[in-house]
Amino acid sequence: MTRVSKRDGYAKRQWFYDRFFRSLFVLSAAFVTLVVVAIIIFLARQGLSTFREVSPLVFHFSTRWAPPEHFGALTFIFGSVAVTGLAVLIGGPLGLAGAVFMAKLAPAWARSIMRPATDLFVGIPSVVYGWIGLSVFRPVIQEYAGGAGFGLFLAGIILAIMILPTVISVSEDALRALPLRFEMASYALGATRWQTIWRVLLPAALPGLVTAIILAMARAIGETMAVSMLIGNSPLFPRSLFVPTATLTTEIVLEMGNTPFGSTWNNALFYMAFILLVISLALIGIIRFVIQRRAVYGQDM
Amino acid sequence: MGRICDRAATALLWLAGAFIVALLVYFLGYIFIRGLPVLDLGFIFGLPRELGTGGGVGPQLFNSFYILALSLLFSLPVGVGAGIYLAEYARPSRLTRAIRLSTECLATVPSIVLGLFGMIVFVNLFGWGLCILAGAATLALLNLPVLVRVTEEALRAVPRSYREGSLALGATRWQTVRRVVIPAAAVGIVTGVTLVAGRALGEAAVLIFTAGMSVSRFFPDPNPFAAGETLAVHLWYVNAEALVPDAARIAAGSAALLVLVVLCFNLLVGLPGRLVQRRLTGK
Amino acid sequence: MEGKILVEGLNLHYRDFHALKDVNIVVPPQKITALIGPSGCGKTTFLRVLNRLNDLIEGVRIEGKVLLDGQDIYSQDCDVVTLRKRVGMVFQRPNPFPMSVYDNVAYGPRIHGVRSKRKLDEIVEASLRGAALWEEVRDRLFRSALGLSGGQQQRLCIARLLAVEPEVVLMDEPTSALDPISTLKIEELLRDLKQKYTIIIVTHNMQQAARVSDVTAFFLNGELVEYGATDAIFTKPRDKRTEDYITGRFG
Repeated sequence: MTRVSKRDGYAKRQWFYDRFFRSLFVLSAAFVTLVVVAIIIFLARQGLSTFREVSPLVFHFSTRWAPPEHFGALTFIFGSVAVTGLAVLIGGPLGLAGAVFMAKLAPAWARSIMRPATDLFVGIPSVVYGWIGLSVFRPVIQEYAGGAGFGLFLAGIILAIMILPTVISVSEDALRALPLRFEMASYALGATRWQTIWRVLLPAALPGLVTAIILAMARAIGETMAVSMLIGNSPLFPRSLFVPTATLTTEIVLEMGNTPFGSTWNNALFYMAFILLVISLALIGIIRFVIQRRAVYGQDM
Repeated sequence: MGRICDRAATALLWLAGAFIVALLVYFLGYIFIRGLPVLDLGFIFGLPRELGTGGGVGPQLFNSFYILALSLLFSLPVGVGAGIYLAEYARPSRLTRAIRLSTECLATVPSIVLGLFGMIVFVNLFGWGLCILAGAATLALLNLPVLVRVTEEALRAVPRSYREGSLALGATRWQTVRRVVIPAAAVGIVTGVTLVAGRALGEAAVLIFTAGMSVSRFFPDPNPFAAGETLAVHLWYVNAEALVPDAARIAAGSAALLVLVVLCFNLLVGLPGRLVQRRLTGK
Repeated sequence: MEGKILVEGLNLHYRDFHALKDVNIVVPPQKITALIGPSGCGKTTFLRVLNRLNDLIEGVRIEGKVLLDGQDIYSQDCDVVTLRKRVGMVFQRPNPFPMSVYDNVAYGPRIHGVRSKRKLDEIVEASLRGAALWEEVRDRLFRSALGLSGGQQQRLCIARLLAVEPEVVLMDEPTSALDPISTLKIEELLRDLKQKYTIIIVTHNMQQAARVSDVTAFFLNGELVEYGATDAIFTKPRDKRTEDYITGRFG
């Protein structure tokens, strides 16, 4: 029998493969990091060169968008925030209710309908959502609020529907992850089901619910196609929810094709993309912070 | 008092659930009622018309699949490789944490931002211009983090005992991964990839500034440097600049076609996936 | 006794926990050595030291000498892959791969370079016979191994192991997850196997140890309290702790 320390040719080859593939996989994983870093660098470079010509104060705080003389992007920043806020305001509670329903109330047959339903929601592309918003919702809004129907409200409603699956699935997971003993203790004290949900389960699942909302926000703020079909694409600061305006994403999509690469106008658009990038990454940071806090303060609440 | 609250809450929650499902049914119903009648062979495979009625979406449909296939070609090896690394080889370390963070970050980057990045790098820096290749490369970046996550989850679902059994027989890590773990996780990986593909077909923001908004004059044109408007982009474009009088028809048809294809991908996965799974667990 | 495996001064730390304390033992060749003791006393940890399966766990520190045929398996120039060929392991829960019976048994030879179909066929049949499983599976060699009963799966794992031609077979409570009939079948198998292989078996079932083994070692809290011929251990234990355990005062 061979000594333990001698390897025959076949084994030697296997060890080589082992090392080779390991390196390959490490490289693949490292590539992802490389891409993220590259995105940040490229966008920052293009975007920040706007400020060679434009004052950052003016850019961020003026609502007058009149390139190439004046670059005030507050309208778009406001638009993005407003439309996201609306979406979360409408879609958040609805999605939460759906999640509570699925996790705690629904009998098996109802769950077996809602599960695939949520998956199907995700499957519908955002351009199709935009198209439905245009064809179905806009005329209705036009009837009741006048004008052309475009604006923050229309975009907000469709966006709310688009973030529903995210809110539902993450919240449902958070609710399901709660140990059964919380519920048992509450019922044993004579509480009704709703009291248990409202006073015990929802607070206990709070970090998970917050994560759900933040993920939904990240999704909403980056949404381009549907919003651009519904918001009206006017650079004017909105006087109401029912007048055309614009967001960071829609403005980029609208004007990027018409501006020459390297011009200040073009750089300004890149800077808007950079803002979006920073906001998205910041939202991840917040989520991680929320999860961290949970770990520190203990799951055994 | 508590009982009344409870009843009311229960009713509201049921209402919420029912409303959500009803919404979905309404949306799907609307899409199919408006769009299915438009879908004839002339529409699905026909060429678009710049002016005048009767255009089709053949080239756009072709581009959608072509770009998807190319993007998977790029992103599958890297994504699966990274997933294998995270699931099988990685020790808790700074490198691993950095990689996980990067994957999360990449997943959260808005698609329009990714599209602009693709424009800077592939269209301008590499000089490819607005074409299928640039769109595919950018789409690959979009799909990458999801593929990593899908692969990692599928691999983690494989029981540890298989790995231990293999290593105890004197196999190297790579042999174990290749011969035991990956085959056991294959179904999960394929399911995940198919779902990724389905979602990628509906992508538009990533492709507008990389694959462009026009199509090649020949159909089908396999040249990867040809212009590559996809079905999703076309739907958006038709709504934005309605040059043809039957834009509404084309929009409806495109919408229905898109949803139909995505549904097919989902269905093509669910049934065979479950069948194979049953066979693997030894019936 | 001349030892197949010689362990000297073995200490194992898992993070801050001192799991194995100064273990010294000589394992005789071609005999069955049983490791007994209450749960958590380190028997399984010790077993995993012998084929370096503990290498897979983070935070494990090992000191001391473990000699297989006179060579230290923890030395730098010892090849883990070859070691595991020579020292094989059967686990507590049967863990056949999700492949056919044939592929399970052929797995070992394949990863060590055997490619010829004829040779593989021979090895598979010989191993399955050696594990007393051949007659039961010869007609369903290419069906999934997961369709076998628990006892059959465990014998399949033994066959899988025999296919790589080990010298030592480590068994970690191999029958604890099985019904009594399968247990007896496997104990019978062990008696046949010991003619060719050195067997070390961890068991929490003292009757099994008494039935099957030639040498018994008693572990308690990471310490090897005593070991010796099975008859002697069970009738005239030298250490009071051993006597207490055997007579059921604890464990």
